[in-house]
Parts: sequence; C-alpha cells; structure tokens
Amino acid sequence: MTVYANPGTPGSVVGFRSRYDHFIGGEYSPPAKGGYFENPTPVTGRVFTEVARGTAEDVDRAVRAAQGAAPAWGAASPAERALVLNRIADRIEENLERLAVAETWENGKPVRESLAADLPLAVDHFRYFAGALRAQEGHISQIDADTVAYHFTEPLGVVGQIIPWNFPLLMATWKLAPALAAGNAVVLKPAEQTPASIHVLLELIADLLPPGVLNVVNGFGVEAGKPLAQHSGIRKIAFTGETTTGRLIMQYASENLIPVTLELGGKSPNVFFSDVADARDAFYDKALEGFALFALNSGEVCTCPSRALIQADIYDDFLGAALERVAAIRAGNPLDTDTMLGAQASNDQLEKILSYIDIGRQEGARVAAGGGRLELDGDLSGGYYVQPTVFEGHNKLRIFQEEIFGPVVAVTRFGDYADAVKIANDTLYGLGAGVWSRSGRLAYRAGRDIQAGRVWVNNYHAYPAHAAFGGYKQSGIGRENHQMMLDHYQQTKNLLVSYSDAALGLF
Amino acid sequence: MGGDGAGAGRVGLTPAAEDLVRRLTGLHGPLMFHQSGGCCDGSSPMCYPAGEFRTGAADVRLGALRVPGVAEPVEVWMSAAQFAYWRHTHLTIDVVPGRGSGFSVEAPEGVRFLIRSRLLTGEELDALGG
Repeated sequence: MTVYANPGTPGSVVGFRSRYDHFIGGEYSPPAKGGYFENPTPVTGRVFTEVARGTAEDVDRAVRAAQGAAPAWGAASPAERALVLNRIADRIEENLERLAVAETWENGKPVRESLAADLPLAVDHFRYFAGALRAQEGHISQIDADTVAYHFTEPLGVVGQIIPWNFPLLMATWKLAPALAAGNAVVLKPAEQTPASIHVLLELIADLLPPGVLNVVNGFGVEAGKPLAQHSGIRKIAFTGETTTGRLIMQYASENLIPVTLELGGKSPNVFFSDVADARDAFYDKALEGFALFALNSGEVCTCPSRALIQADIYDDFLGAALERVAAIRAGNPLDTDTMLGAQASNDQLEKILSYIDIGRQEGARVAAGGGRLELDGDLSGGYYVQPTVFEGHNKLRIFQEEIFGPVVAVTRFGDYADAVKIANDTLYGLGAGVWSRSGRLAYRAGRDIQAGRVWVNNYHAYPAHAAFGGYKQSGIGRENHQMMLDHYQQTKNLLVSYSDAALGLF
Repeated sequence: MGGDGAGAGRVGLTPAAEDLVRRLTGLHGPLMFHQSGGCCDGSSPMCYPAGEFRTGAADVRLGALRVPGVAEPVEVWMSAAQFAYWRHTHLTIDVVPGRGSGFSVEAPEGVRFLIRSRLLTGEELDALGG
C-alpha cells in the first residue's frame, strides 16, 4: 500500500505551478483579457492552482500559431512525425508516476487506475499511432491501361479539439495522437473542470514538438470552446461531451462547412445470460467483476456499464454475489493505491448524481446498495464522494435511460434472448455494451444484435488503441482509436493521371 | 415560476435559478434552455442566448417560463426522443455551485444549472395530455 502525498506538500512526486497561462506557439503567454479561474481538486474541494480564462482573442492567436506551424508539420516525413510521437510516449512513461498523481489530484480518480490504465494507455496510444502512421499506405486505382488514379492522404491543416474532464490526459491523447500523426496542427481546449494536468504533461513534452503544432487554450466553454468551434481557421472540430453541446457544435461546424467527430455518451447495457452461472469458476468470478466495473473511474465513463441485465433464472443468485462485490469496494482517499473508488470530478457532478438517486427512489426503484453521499473524514470531508449504488427497477425508469456519470448501476431482469436484446436496445444511445455467456454462438449473436459501436464480449472496459471506439444512435458521429483515425484526420488527394498521348477527339 | 400559460406545467425554476436567470439576462440578453442528455455534463439544462441553439422538428418545447423582472419568457426545450423517456416527470431548474462544461452561459459565474425532478401526478398528466 502506498499513500501518495498531496501535490504541493513535502514528499509529493508532483507539484503544480500556482498559475497556468495559455500554451500558444510553443510558449506560455497570458490571456488577452487578463482573467484567471480557480481550479479545485475534487479530492479535498480546495483550490490548488489558477488557470487562464481564455476568450476569442486567445483562441484566434492559437489558431494563427497553428496555421503557421501546420504546413511544415504536415510536410514532415512520416518517420519524423512518428519519432516525435514515440519520444512523447517515452517521456510520459519516464514520468508516469508524476503524471498519474497529477491526474488523480485533478480529477479525483483512484491513483491505482491512473497508474495502471490512464497513463500506460496514453503511452501506448502515442506509440500505436506512430506505428500506424509508418505503415499507412495510399491507394492506386488503374482506370485503364494508360490512366491511373493515385490516392494520397493529406492532413486537414488546423483542427480544434475539446476534451472532457473524465480522463483529462487520456482523452487528450485519444484526440492528439492521431491528429498529430496525421500531420495536423492542433488547438486544444481542456475541460474547465480539469484544466491543469495537461500542463504537467506539456512541461514534459513541449521541447519535442515544433512551436505551434500543439496549442492549449484554457477557459470556459462559452468563452473559449465556442469561439474555437466557430473559428473559420479550423478544418475540423472534435468534441467529447453531451448531446445538446454536440448539436451546437454541429451547428457551428455547418457555418464553416467542416466535419465533426462527436462522442456523446451512452447508457450501456451489461447483459448476463444464464449460462454464466453454470459453474462457480474463474469465469463466474470474472463476470461478477464485470458487473462491479460500473464503479471504474467513479462511474465517470461514457461507456459505464450502468444498466445490468440479468437473466431471470439466475437473477437472485447472481445479483446476490454481485452485491457482495460491491460491498467490498473500498472508497476513500484517491491517492491511496488501495482505494478502488475515488471522488467525483466536481461539485455539480456530485449534485447531479444525488438528484438522480432521488428520482430513482421517487420512481420506485429499490436501493440494493449505497444510495447516498459518502462522508469522509479530515482532509477529504470537503471532497465529492458518492457511495457505490445499485438500483433494481425496470428499463423505463429515468435511471435506466440517462447517463448518471457516477458509481450507480440500474439492474433489471430479462426472460429470453429476444427480451434481452429488446431491453438492451431500448435506449437513445449506443456507445458500449457488455455480453457475458459461455456460449460463443449466443455471445456472437447478441454482440451483433445490440446496437452499439463497441460490444465487449466476456470482458468490459478494455480500451486498446487498435480497436475502434464510437457510437451508434445518439451516442455520436465518427470513431476514435484504431488506425482508421488517421483517415478521420486526413483528406484524400486524388491525382488522376493520363499516361496516354491520345487526345479525346472532342474539340 | 409559471408554466406554459395557465394550469399545470412540465417545468419550473427555483427562486435561486430565477435570480440567476435575471442576472444572466442582463449580461446576455433573452435566454433559452435546452435539456441535454449523454455523458459528462449530460442530463444538465444548457442555457443559451435565445436563438443561439437551433431547435427544430426533433425538439419539444416544455414551457415558456415567466420570470419576474425578465421581459421575454424563457423557453425550455428538449429533444423529442428524450422527452419520450422524461414525459412522466416534472422538472425544476435549480442552481448549484460548480463548474459545468458545455457552452452554457452560467459556467463562468462559478455556478451550474441543475435539474431536479419529481413524478407528475395523475391529475397533472391528464391536464398536460399525458
């Protein structure tokens, strides 16, 4: 067991500066209007740094810096760009503990997750896109004996990226690694709830990137995100968040006729078929863990398995065993490596979760575990903690239909296969899903019938770089991860070449 | 904190939210709400200058709220698909300290609009047409 010292106290592996400016054109510069906003840690609720409050003027300066850097970066050879990405990965890996503790202090997630998942995945994503870029090939189409269509991939130019607060560094990496690999320059706006940890990363990697290739403008959505999404100088906007802002971003993108990538969340079903309980073996144990994964990252995951669908004939036994798992979740200080459930990212997030627990009770759902705020002592008393909560009810309840984004799972039962698929698909969203069965045939069928962009079969919450991630239905547009992301950040140049001397004969 | 005309309403504002709407109207002009869904700051009411967010055939207007001291009624919208799952509940827009994301205009003030819900009664549902 290790308990990391709070950042900024003696013995801590990381310290934050007392103030962060914008990172534009390879250097830090203050915001045009001179404003800053305070950034509290959800671990204790206390402010630990202040961050530039960006406005349209800052965004404009960042886009211009990116426009200046984009041509040379886009013209750099794949080997050169891949080398930069690999060096970024190495720096993160060499400073993994520092970044993991910074991320936990920023977001409230348990440090064992930052150490084991967020940062190692960030390292791997940079390495993956370095490799994918080296292996990327264009296409040639032979039109006829003397005519050839060459298809080259070219960068878009400057892209805007708006990052969510649930995995500040990893979500930045998901967007940055393919965009930079593909040869674009980036203007990135971190979430205002988690604006600081990206700067700990920037301090480590700034010297590796040509000035202007990566620019970070902090600020509020309405003051900095909106002018970025509306800026006529960007060639694409990527956003992770919710549906209303997603629509607004599409609306802004339509004004400049640019493409969007939108990742807008889900209400992911985690389906447990009867045969899971055929034996009390390692697989059964794995399935129970799969149930409890709703508590990963304090439930603040777009693919949180927040609806558990259990077949009726094993419902009581399986749920009983699952509740024992939930009871064993150790909540507490996120900087303690034994902690399994940390803080929610912000006070308003805490309030929102509690309001959902309230409507769940009003609608008649049964609270099988948890159901309230978690009060911790000492330093942590000002932090934002929620008990891992299990509801039983039916799929029409609002707690089954809306993304609570907390450690809350809504459980219901299904009769047969058709019932399972019907309930699983009775949702506005289609981002993630889980299917658990010992039968390969059954699991395959269910995986194909559930309308979601990612169906985990006999596992959950794995996010390898080489697997496409994205939503069906109202969960968004486009994909993240996988080499296909290079295409999402490139445009196709077709050179249609005639090697014939013969005229058409028309004029 | 009136509803859409006389009788039962689907949506209202707490006094604290009314105060904030008054203050924000002074800064941004007439306002509107669109109820969000999905991840991160999803399920939160987003507040925009009226007309900033383009509503259309895929949206339902839940109400047009009269706020004392504010000339224009504040329209509250939700996507029709989401409304299908929410229509049995009454929504009250409240405000809490926080730092909501998205492009909602109150975030820079250090506060966040929040939805509180209760079940509509049988009489209310009848009056609202279900």
